[in-house]
Amino acid sequence: MTELSAHLPQFQHGQLTENFPDNHLSNTNDNSERRRHDNSERRRNDNPESETNGQPHNSTQQVVEQDEEEDEELTLKYGAKHVIMLFVPVTLCMVVVVATIKSVSFYTRKDGQLIYTPFTEETETVGQRALNSILNAAIMISVIIVMTILLVVLYKYRCYKVIHGWLIISSLLLLFFFSFIYLGEVFKTYNVAMDYITVALMIWNFGVVGMICIHWKGPLRLQQAYLIMISALMALVFIKYLPEWTAWLILAVISVYDLVAVLCPKGPLRMLVETAQERNETLFPALIYSSTMIWLVNMAEEDPEAQRKASKNSTYDKQAPANQTQNEDAEADDGGFSQEWQQQRDNRIGPIESTPESRAAVQALPSHSQTSEDPEERGVKLGLGDFIFYSVLVGKASATASGDWNTTLACFVAILIGLCLTLLLLAIFKKALPALPISITFGLVFYFATDNLVQPFMDQLAFHQFYI
Amino acid sequence: MGAAVFFGLAGIAFGPALALVLLTVAAEPLRVIVLVAGAFFWLVSLLLASLIWFISVHLSDREDAKLQYGLLIFGAAVSVLLQEAFRFAYFKLLKKADQGLALISEDGRSPISLRQMAYVSGLSFGIISGVFSVINILVDSIGPGIVGIHGDSPYYFITSAFLTMALVLLHTFWGVIFFDACEKRRYWCLGLVVATHLLTSGLTFLNPWYEASLVPIFIITLCMGLWAFVTAGGSFRNILKCLSCKQEDDSRVMMYSALQVPLED
Repeated sequence: MTELSAHLPQFQHGQLTENFPDNHLSNTNDNSERRRHDNSERRRNDNPESETNGQPHNSTQQVVEQDEEEDEELTLKYGAKHVIMLFVPVTLCMVVVVATIKSVSFYTRKDGQLIYTPFTEETETVGQRALNSILNAAIMISVIIVMTILLVVLYKYRCYKVIHGWLIISSLLLLFFFSFIYLGEVFKTYNVAMDYITVALMIWNFGVVGMICIHWKGPLRLQQAYLIMISALMALVFIKYLPEWTAWLILAVISVYDLVAVLCPKGPLRMLVETAQERNETLFPALIYSSTMIWLVNMAEEDPEAQRKASKNSTYDKQAPANQTQNEDAEADDGGFSQEWQQQRDNRIGPIESTPESRAAVQALPSHSQTSEDPEERGVKLGLGDFIFYSVLVGKASATASGDWNTTLACFVAILIGLCLTLLLLAIFKKALPALPISITFGLVFYFATDNLVQPFMDQLAFHQFYI
Repeated sequence: MGAAVFFGLAGIAFGPALALVLLTVAAEPLRVIVLVAGAFFWLVSLLLASLIWFISVHLSDREDAKLQYGLLIFGAAVSVLLQEAFRFAYFKLLKKADQGLALISEDGRSPISLRQMAYVSGLSFGIISGVFSVINILVDSIGPGIVGIHGDSPYYFITSAFLTMALVLLHTFWGVIFFDACEKRRYWCLGLVVATHLLTSGLTFLNPWYEASLVPIFIITLCMGLWAFVTAGGSFRNILKCLSCKQEDDSRVMMYSALQVPLED
């Protein structure tokens, strides 16, 4: 168990903190939104942020003037589709977690706790238990904060190799070790006789294909499936090893932390994003769920060659007029930005700038022709940390609630509505938003309310077979 | 007991709902969002009703069985009234959303009509209401046990499933009627919807005298279904037209051929 926990800091860091940048929702929106932002940006030239974000290509601005209302309509029409594009994976992840919790008893058995939550909850008095859980939550959150700051520091001092190694070790751990444990427990539950050689073959294939899909290239659906699976696995680990009160407290505190870290000017995630912007670089793409593949000239989300190629391409546009970016880094700074940087900036800052697709298309084609991509192909991104914490909430609800399925379903609906509201806010405010606070708040409220108020009521009604 | 009972009951209770969702709601993102939001509204109404019941129970004498029974009936009535109140609130929200969608659309019409939203919202209330009523019973039916061994009715499961099916359909119909009544400001329709809801809930208090509860509830469901059908613009002619599978002339086609005429001249 200690070995497991020893790896967890890296993993956790890899998952959670790296995802904090990814805990925002972002819209890789279509041209019309970009144009709309171009229009609004020209009006908002006093906004200092817009300057560091870089200005769109001037010719594209002129070429693509469009009515703002049309853009808004497109946004909302495609907004509903984007909401569904996120509903489905979130639902799938939760279904996997709940199905596992209900069938495999391993994940509800108490087998000790993580080293981050050293205080036990098996105490004599309620007060002691409350105190212990508060201390546990405090320790866990400080670990997360320290890891995030460490990540920001590493990023600031350009220790990319360390970060990439960290990410790879985390995904290796998840894809091989945790899935091996999961498979073993599923076999034990259904009493399936299995030999080690078959298991080794299965885990090897699963893991290697997963590494390739997640870190390199792969079919979109397969990549999405793998991301959902690793989120579910991580959520199951949390559900197993976090004691009850600690888990709820951690969920509450993490949503507050997410809110603070993403929206406050001095938040670590915001600083991370700004540093990435200054360097026109991409940030850790491996841990974001993306609903569409971005078909670009230099696709590969993580390919360092592509990054270099992209930055080389961007230098072609040095002559681009109206480059108002004020950046110290003059060579990388020009009218065109690397596609990964765009993508990442869209992730962090939200859809307030031109889209990476149109950007890269413009870079690649010096004729400034418009990208002919169908706006419906734009997708939304959601960080895997969000998947994990949503699933932790619903999984814990299904594991420990006395109302059982009623509570689980209530939490599920609450989380989906929170996600819907967050996406609506994203469409309105057009900046990176934390996806955790609204959903987790609704989820927690519904959990405690359903478990304590609704369940006795429905129970009594069902006992007498009354229907309301 | 066992998987057969579980699947049978689930099919009875949620078969129509599942079919309706798969055929009419699942393909359109906006309708799915309306569905989930409707479920959320119903849940909030249930929460408030449970809160009221909980407080009333805690303020009263726990030992008095008759009082508790009375409080339960009171809680159920409050819940029905709150459900209808939240249906009205949802109507208001959807009306605003409809106006917003219409404003920003290209042709001035919103991609989803208020009637469709009425139907989907009714369906969402029905599904979540049915699920909350029956899911724990369904899950229990998988496990071992004998129904009614202590003298209760052995038909508990199957009547629960049928009641749930009726409830899902009733909520759908009430949704259509309610929204239409709110649109046209026919308050007597609203009152009638609330009254039938109270009546339905009241009839279930007659359980396990199933002849007195199930049969009237199904009659009410049929009546509501016809009323909703007429409200939504249906008529005998429509049914005949639908059944005869005749291709209707599309107005666009007419216009296209009209456009072509000058060229041929």
